[in-house]
Amino acid sequence: MSHSLLTDVTQALTTGVLRLVDLTHTLDPDFPVIILPPEFGQCARFRMEEVSAYDNRGPAWKWHNLTLNEHTGTHFDAPAHWISGRDVPNGTVDAIPVDAFVGPVVVINCSAGAATNDDFELTPDIIFDHETAHGTIPEDSWVLMRTDWSKRRGADYLNMQADGPHSPGPTPDAVRLLVEERNIRGFGTETVGTDAGQGSHYTPPYPAHFILHGAGKFGLQCLCNLDQLPPTGAVLIAAPLKIKGGTGSPLRVMALVPG
Amino acid sequence: MSSRAHMPKKDPQKRTNTPTQPPPQRSRAALGLTAAAAEGRFMLQVCPECRAVQYPPRDACVDCLDTALQWQDITPTGQLLADTTVRTSTNLYFRERGDWRVGTVELDAGPKIVCHLAQDCSAPERVTLLARLDRSGQGVLVAQPENSKTRLADDPQLKALTSDPRHARVLVTDLRNANTPALVEHLLAAGAETVFVGESEAWRKDPQRDALAAIPGVEIMPLDVTDTNSVRQLAAEIGGKIEILINNGRFLRPARLPSGGDTVFAAQEMDVNYLGLLRLAQGFGPALASRTADGQRQALAWVNILSIFALNPVPGFDTFAASQAAARSLSLSMRATYQSSGLRVMNVYVGATEDVWHQPVHPPKQSPRALARDLVAGLQDGLEDVVSGDTARDLMERFREHPGVFEREVTFGEWGV
Repeated sequence: MSHSLLTDVTQALTTGVLRLVDLTHTLDPDFPVIILPPEFGQCARFRMEEVSAYDNRGPAWKWHNLTLNEHTGTHFDAPAHWISGRDVPNGTVDAIPVDAFVGPVVVINCSAGAATNDDFELTPDIIFDHETAHGTIPEDSWVLMRTDWSKRRGADYLNMQADGPHSPGPTPDAVRLLVEERNIRGFGTETVGTDAGQGSHYTPPYPAHFILHGAGKFGLQCLCNLDQLPPTGAVLIAAPLKIKGGTGSPLRVMALVPG
Repeated sequence: MSSRAHMPKKDPQKRTNTPTQPPPQRSRAALGLTAAAAEGRFMLQVCPECRAVQYPPRDACVDCLDTALQWQDITPTGQLLADTTVRTSTNLYFRERGDWRVGTVELDAGPKIVCHLAQDCSAPERVTLLARLDRSGQGVLVAQPENSKTRLADDPQLKALTSDPRHARVLVTDLRNANTPALVEHLLAAGAETVFVGESEAWRKDPQRDALAAIPGVEIMPLDVTDTNSVRQLAAEIGGKIEILINNGRFLRPARLPSGGDTVFAAQEMDVNYLGLLRLAQGFGPALASRTADGQRQALAWVNILSIFALNPVPGFDTFAASQAAARSLSLSMRATYQSSGLRVMNVYVGATEDVWHQPVHPPKQSPRALARDLVAGLQDGLEDVVSGDTARDLMERFREHPGVFEREVTFGEWGV
């Protein structure tokens, strides 16, 4: 039974009945990372240092040393990333059971609001409206906030102003609803973090990080191509690197969608 | 293209001249004159026994054979006794440059000296001697009429003793440094044709950017000294089109050794201050060193702005000082490497500067404008070592006087944040 199901899936991928969508930005030295006040430690940028390139340093091979943070580029946040999740069992990327890395995904479309308001908030009402149209968010599913923010380039992405960055994100009540009432698996965004640019001014500060990770839920950020996903019915594949004690990881995020 | 005055363009069908050098090191004793000239100081040896001023530099007093000769600053005035013009030479460097004026000067301090002559000098007349570096990096002496207002850079024979930024294209590597606007302003005021300014992380706009971009003659280029590929790319693009490179990149986080449990900031200090310089040297060094005889647009100088803490750490800046010491060491290696090309490596040492990371440090602190002024003056004088500001000068002198005392005095406490 399961054997034929898997065969059906691979055939569906070959024939185009199912399709994979890449939700990942390219790891690129010029891709923005989160900026904190300069006296705090900063997120390492992605760097690639050539070790050899078929030359005197290694005649037949080319390879690079990489430097980056666990939270550089399109990345996964484990519960241990936040102080609220530091005592969550199996809260680091190496300890999370692998079955958490493939699962259903719901996409809440906030792109119209985010197009006109840089500080657009995902509220419980927007979630209820989504559910009215597409059904209740299934338990243990990923919820992604589509804003089309990934289409922004350069300084418009962080949108840093004198009073901090301005980008959309969820309100504390919206995160509580998703975590406490819908018991989701994780929450993902197209922005540099799961929280709004001005998320430090909520109570609690950075509510997505605080509430999600405190409840053992995961985060995904710097996603793209969410406009190619259906509101419900897709499958998200997001497997972080198995880093000992890691609080997150850059990763390739894909979604399996109807062709 | 800016509307600023440009140098005549080079004929792309003509081969670029291979640099030739004036004669190399004369003697070990002569290095004292060179080290003084590197700072623009006119120093000669003086006999502690009979007070005789010596020239040329030697190992024993010309009068009493005392061997404890001491280098001292000497009043640089004298009388030009005779002048002549050398019409030809077997030395390639002088041969390429045609007629060369030399003369004999009797210094008020005593010795008679054969030296280079400025164009407007003719015997007999009162002259002032300047100690400068030639393109072999050796100290040489030049006579100018006393109170002359003519700049060496305007003298076709002696221009090579300077790194004058007039008509030069300059790269200032870090747009984000607080000193960048002042550097740009002083370079353009000194006649630089174009100032390229390196901008890292354009996705994180710097508040200084718009004002800099609006200045005629300024071109903002992508450059991140922590990214080898970024350095390589800009070097490929404009490495052959700059005559002066000013490395003003700096990462600084005040830190005392026992604090913190990680190396994150220390690594960033090394990455920007030391490895950044190494990446720049690997990227831009070969292009600059190969163009020191490139017609009228000769590559002139490489400038590193270093903290005076490079000599000796200061409490509160422990890891930063280590990165500066590493950068200084590399800079000295660069100087030795490029000496044979004639590309001058100038270190500008500065103490605490007026910026956010020195905010808790008591004044005096060097302002960006004062730093820029000293840096440009150093280029105009063709120096290798510039010490900018009273604090840095005081520290440098105390360091030279007695490194062991200095270490205990400075590193053990006096300074702290």
